Amino acid sequence: MRIEINDLHYTYDTGVEALGGVTFSVDPGERLAIVGQNGAGKTTLVKHLNALLKPTSGSVVIGDWDTGKVPTYKLAQRVGYVFQNPDEQLFCSSVGEEVAFGPKNLGLPAERVEALVAEAMALTEITEHAEANSYDLSPSVRKLVAMAAVIAMDCQIVVLDEPTTGQDAVNIARMSHIVHTLHEQGKTVITITHDMDFCAENFTRLIAMAQGKVILDAPMHEAVAQAALLESTYVTPPQLTRLGTRLALDETVCTADEFMAALKKKAA
Amino acid sequence: MAVIELKDYTFQYSTAKQPALKDINLTVEEGEFIAIIGPNGSGKSSLCYTLSGFVPHFFKGESSGSVIVDGVDNLTSTLAEMVLHAGLVFQNPFNQISGSKFTVYEEIAFGLENLGVPREEMPERIDDAMNMTGIKHLADRSPYALSGGQQQRVALASILVMQPKVMVLDEPTSQLDPIGTREVFQVVRSMTGKGITIVMAEHKMEHIAAFADRVIVLDEGQIMRQGSAHQTLTDPLLPERGVGVSRYTMVARLAQAEKLWPSNHVLPVTIDEAAEGFSQTLRGHHAH
Repeated sequence: MRIEINDLHYTYDTGVEALGGVTFSVDPGERLAIVGQNGAGKTTLVKHLNALLKPTSGSVVIGDWDTGKVPTYKLAQRVGYVFQNPDEQLFCSSVGEEVAFGPKNLGLPAERVEALVAEAMALTEITEHAEANSYDLSPSVRKLVAMAAVIAMDCQIVVLDEPTTGQDAVNIARMSHIVHTLHEQGKTVITITHDMDFCAENFTRLIAMAQGKVILDAPMHEAVAQAALLESTYVTPPQLTRLGTRLALDETVCTADEFMAALKKKAA
Repeated sequence: MAVIELKDYTFQYSTAKQPALKDINLTVEEGEFIAIIGPNGSGKSSLCYTLSGFVPHFFKGESSGSVIVDGVDNLTSTLAEMVLHAGLVFQNPFNQISGSKFTVYEEIAFGLENLGVPREEMPERIDDAMNMTGIKHLADRSPYALSGGQQQRVALASILVMQPKVMVLDEPTSQLDPIGTREVFQVVRSMTGKGITIVMAEHKMEHIAAFADRVIVLDEGQIMRQGSAHQTLTDPLLPERGVGVSRYTMVARLAQAEKLWPSNHVLPVTIDEAAEGFSQTLRGHHAH
């Protein structure tokens, strides 16, 4: 499902202009990471994808729906948004109910709901917690519950707001696995992140924002090579990209495999 | 002089089935910058709560052993007494913001009001704290109308302004952009020059390696390792236990297995060390 954003402006009631003319489109199945300094407008932007916010001017079109004209609840069929802080999202008394809430609300038949819930809990590895109350679980598991609750809605577009915040290596590996599985299912995965290493290792396109505008939009390898431009929005290239630059490797590297290949080539 | 001293300290939350912290022995000198790392659920937040008095006075449970912070025995003291000695920056800034103030400026003044700081001293201290955290331009905004990263800076400023002897920070950069993260590490590092002791739970190994004096690795509530960034962050046990390492350490280890890391270099924890080692690898291969 295609996303078309055209000259999007958004001004909060307080008069703060958070988005000052954003234009880009996303093809079905893309893996897009959005980065940029705190307050650049990243969260404001993605909240437009599921119509939590509606444009002050300009437009956001998801498939054939203009978010300005379609009621917010309908967008939930197409765009799933995992909050940065799971505590702003979770409210049911058990994990199982929490994960089932979304697909039930979409009016799907009971067997389909059951299958989606089982699949989402398996993917996020929380099946064992099905009976638990979310608030008895650790924050990192709550984050997985919040992801499962959105994944279970089977939306074509999934937005992950800071998925690696506060997560250890094991959970970050889980997040990678989730991103790749959703990608294999043909879904569009969009993340907002400050974790440049995670971003370079798991996403193929990068958008950098500053002061409510897009300042860089390019394939990942091209984008992470733009150190000065990234720095202007308080972002540094990933660790291995910086190391590769220091060593004057012939290619821009994003992952450990790419680094090793480029190192061997240079050493040969 | 030791400003923090934990002896055989064990703590179990009242609703938990097993202790969150077990047999912790830890001494921290005045002005030291200690990083606490470990997998999720290893006890990092519980240790932060203990050093700032939230455990056992706010989050209740069974404790044994002793916890002395800046001369105060936490276990027999009160939270009101503890906050005069140790300040805690919470992991989630939302939990820190008082909710009773309309502007960032007032929010930062809140702690000073509670400490009974004379009114004429306040503006300078508040300005300093806002400058150090880069939020001067947000002074008149509502703490709730800010991005997550901006809120995190407000939370940090609201503790900095109280100038506690011990600053405890539970993942204070989790929502900050990369350069904001580096700035927080720099600000926090600079506090040690004023005799303030820093204890910070973090996952960001690149910055820990560059800024911390000593690293404590927790696993299942116990201290698994402690020492310099080098001694701890290159320990092969870390990845086995699910603790992340920097990409520099990771690729050097991969290279070592293929004899592409110089045998006379220890594994790197910073980009400078990695660049030095790999440069030698590349020079060596060209020389042959």
